[in-house]
Amino acid sequence: MILRLAVLGLLAFMTLPTVVVIAVSFNPTAILSFPPAGLSLRWYANALTYPQFQRAAVNSLMVTGGAVLLALPIGTAAALALERGRLRAPGAWATVLLSPLVVPGVAAGLGFLIVAAFLGLLQSRVVLIAAHVALVLPFVVRSVWVSVTNLDPALERAAASLGATPWRVFRRVTLPLLRPGLFAALLFAVVVSVNEFVVSLFISTRVNEILPVAMFTYVVNYTDPTIAALSTLFIVATFLVVWAIDRVVDLSAVFLHHR
Amino acid sequence: MKLLLAPAVGVVAVFAAALAALLQYSVLEFIPGSLRTGGFTLANFRGVLAPGYLDYVWDTALLSVATTGLTLVASYPIAYALARTPSRRIRSWLLVLTLAPFFTGAIVRTYAWMLVLGNTVVTWPVPMLFTERGVLVGLVHFSMPTMILLLAAAISHVDPVYERAATSLGARPARVFWRVTLPLSMPGVVSGSLIVFAWTFSAFPTPELLGGGKVKMIANVVKDLALDSFNWPGAAAFAMLALAVTLALLAGLSRVAAGRAP
Repeated sequence: MILRLAVLGLLAFMTLPTVVVIAVSFNPTAILSFPPAGLSLRWYANALTYPQFQRAAVNSLMVTGGAVLLALPIGTAAALALERGRLRAPGAWATVLLSPLVVPGVAAGLGFLIVAAFLGLLQSRVVLIAAHVALVLPFVVRSVWVSVTNLDPALERAAASLGATPWRVFRRVTLPLLRPGLFAALLFAVVVSVNEFVVSLFISTRVNEILPVAMFTYVVNYTDPTIAALSTLFIVATFLVVWAIDRVVDLSAVFLHHR
Repeated sequence: MKLLLAPAVGVVAVFAAALAALLQYSVLEFIPGSLRTGGFTLANFRGVLAPGYLDYVWDTALLSVATTGLTLVASYPIAYALARTPSRRIRSWLLVLTLAPFFTGAIVRTYAWMLVLGNTVVTWPVPMLFTERGVLVGLVHFSMPTMILLLAAAISHVDPVYERAATSLGARPARVFWRVTLPLSMPGVVSGSLIVFAWTFSAFPTPELLGGGKVKMIANVVKDLALDSFNWPGAAAFAMLALAVTLALLAGLSRVAAGRAP
């Protein structure tokens, strides 16, 4: 009983900020109040028509799109190699691939900034995409790896023995069986990249900045609920994505049983 | 098959190159008013130890310790429920509620705390926003999903048979927890604490927005030096400190894990 109350209280603590943001986003006035004095969608309109947010949204689309398109095949190949490649130390290789996750964002961000300045690429999205690929790759490898371990090699051998070329086996047997892992990998990669902030802050200018960086600048300079509206859109999208992942792959398999 | 690993290793190599550039800049001389650097010097690291800046390192360490302790206490009950609930639906909901903030971007979450701590919802008896207290609340909230997942993984490896045995021998629930559950879930407690400490030590968005320039941790100093003062070598030295602490803690973590393996 005490445990149940504690859990409910702590879950309330965890979700409280989300609830407040959603409530404030419908606030009719620029001065924040809770509970809101009425309902209004003006901050949604403001968020969606603010030119810098529109520009940043395009940048987010390009950076996340580019990073995910690169990271998915690279990560899938790596997951297959880790499980099937007869590597001498698969655990060590896995650690190498997952290592970008543990590097502090400011260290990676400043490092990429120095490299970007050296290459004269400060205004371009190339360095942002490269950084995002490295940051989402661990999630891709991890998600696909779970599916690879569940894949029975006998099915591929059967296809091969029936005369399928290796490429055909991969297209018609391996890939379809990896679909849940690939789907989860895609969603994770999108969510992580869309929300990435610290590294992106260091390698962004007003020209190529992505949405979280533009939102940060707005928060520092203005106090109206525009960010609450934009945040609500982010929260709803994220919740749907996490819920969708949970439908497709058992989240507890990805997160609770560490290899 | 082995060659399939090559592209991923290439990606990590690019990442490593960025860190190498950081290391290089941390030992190059800063020329004020210029992005060019001078020759080799250790002055940047002496700058980290200069009185004004050493305070930030000290504050960072204190906040990290406090965050780790509070996160541990706040996360254990949820982790326990997550690991022990017989209902798949409840577990699913707990997991989604735990993971949703994990995947909600740093800005969204931190902005949300600015609203809560800034007297929008309730009027706080003591100032919260732009104080260390407020930053601490934000940091704990930020660390909970990670801690919950690591603790839940460890608790789910503890066979409930041991708890039932202790109970049947007459131990009260509190005693069962202190003498059986907690000791057996220690691997999760240790790894969770190390990871949360390392993560908090280099936290950026939370102290940046909730501290409002009045509370600064190492990462905020890195940003100030790099993006406002254009002192990349000085910033690199602070970033190297954050990186070194993180790597040292994670090395400790893998040693703990190795020591536990049979």
